[in-house]
Amino acid sequence: MSEVNAPAPLRRLVEDFEFVDRAERMELLVEYADKFEEVPERIAHRPFPRENHVVRCESDAYVWVEDREDGTQKYYFAVENPQGVSARAWAAVMDETLSGQPLEEVAKTDPEVIFRLFGKELSMGKGQGLMGMLDHVTSAARRKLHAAHEG
Amino acid sequence: MSAIAERGYAKPDVLVDTQWVADHLNDPNVRLIESNEDQLLYPSGHIPGAVQVDWARDLNDQVRRDYVDQKNFEALMARIGVTRDTTVVFYGDKNNWWATYAFWVFQLFGHTNAKVMDGGRLKWEKEGREMTRDVPSYTPTKYEAPARDDKTIRAFKEEVLKHSAAGKPLVDVRSPEEFRGERTHMPDYPQEGVLRGGHIPGAKSVPWARAANPEDGTFKTAAELKEIYEEEQGLKASDDVISYCRIGERSSHTWFALTYLLGYPTVRNYDGSWTEYGNSVGVPVEK
Repeated sequence: MSEVNAPAPLRRLVEDFEFVDRAERMELLVEYADKFEEVPERIAHRPFPRENHVVRCESDAYVWVEDREDGTQKYYFAVENPQGVSARAWAAVMDETLSGQPLEEVAKTDPEVIFRLFGKELSMGKGQGLMGMLDHVTSAARRKLHAAHEG
Repeated sequence: MSAIAERGYAKPDVLVDTQWVADHLNDPNVRLIESNEDQLLYPSGHIPGAVQVDWARDLNDQVRRDYVDQKNFEALMARIGVTRDTTVVFYGDKNNWWATYAFWVFQLFGHTNAKVMDGGRLKWEKEGREMTRDVPSYTPTKYEAPARDDKTIRAFKEEVLKHSAAGKPLVDVRSPEEFRGERTHMPDYPQEGVLRGGHIPGAKSVPWARAANPEDGTFKTAAELKEIYEEEQGLKASDDVISYCRIGERSSHTWFALTYLLGYPTVRNYDGSWTEYGNSVGVPVEK
């Protein structure tokens, strides 16, 4: 399968997923969902601001971005729908593979990675929500890069 | 929500409540089947003893756009340890959207000994009932299914075209934006796209989820359903009705409500739905 645009840790994960069957893929993603850590209190607390809300996500997801001293970013998430297992899994994957990565690469992350990880039969609603979460992250990386160039 | 028996449904036996399921967890004649949109839900926890029927892997043909054939349906039923006498009880996420889809496919093969757990996963979870990650294994059965019946509850495009031309009722259960043709596919995922937006001429717009109570996913009462489908949209029990959405899953929820809860004898689900119709050359489209 062709390579997708993404920071190295996410690209490696996508490659790993190419060799698992559907059941193993689901198990791995559930393991990620189990690892999900909600946004800490020092970053945000309920009621969460609307500006952090992912518009197209049925799982009622929120995304926050923290700039790090090394010039990269750390991404935080909340998933309010208790049935939002895929959203929690995707949030944990993004934190593990996009936080701390070069912003140029984060900004160019191809939404195709979602289908490589979750499977091509991912439904329209689910895909939209997960892509909406990624949009928040890539937009934040782009904004930061743009601000750096302006500055 | 009132008890199922008090809601005035035409066929109340097709629904069971969460307590009924809790009381039948160890009943060998009952097989619980979870069907979800989100394929991670079942492995992350399900009702003890429930098996998963995955719409993509178990119900769809893996090559053609169609459902499994008789042989593959028999294999599925054997794998989940179901006989013709087993009562299958479906439940799932999203107000039982995918559960009613699986229920509908089972009816193509005449497994009428089937029920839906009212409220689905959401209600079971909200009530704090037991969940497990243990995947059960049942002794495989020998299941003999009849040939798939594609006439009674399934509609194809040519039939839909004739139906629309004859002015017979169609229910479009997609969102109002999709009905009006303002949205045709999700951004960045054109594979599921359609070339034209709008709806089949004459179709009435009744988004599928209106049949359910949003707080717990249970079905609305017969009186409330009649208000939506009959008083508001002018349908009658004697009508020949076709429901559709994008690929026929949301519309199976409406098919279920009209067929079993309101007792309409002639309702078909057009599973080709808008992803077939909206890509077809020369068919009439209304906006």
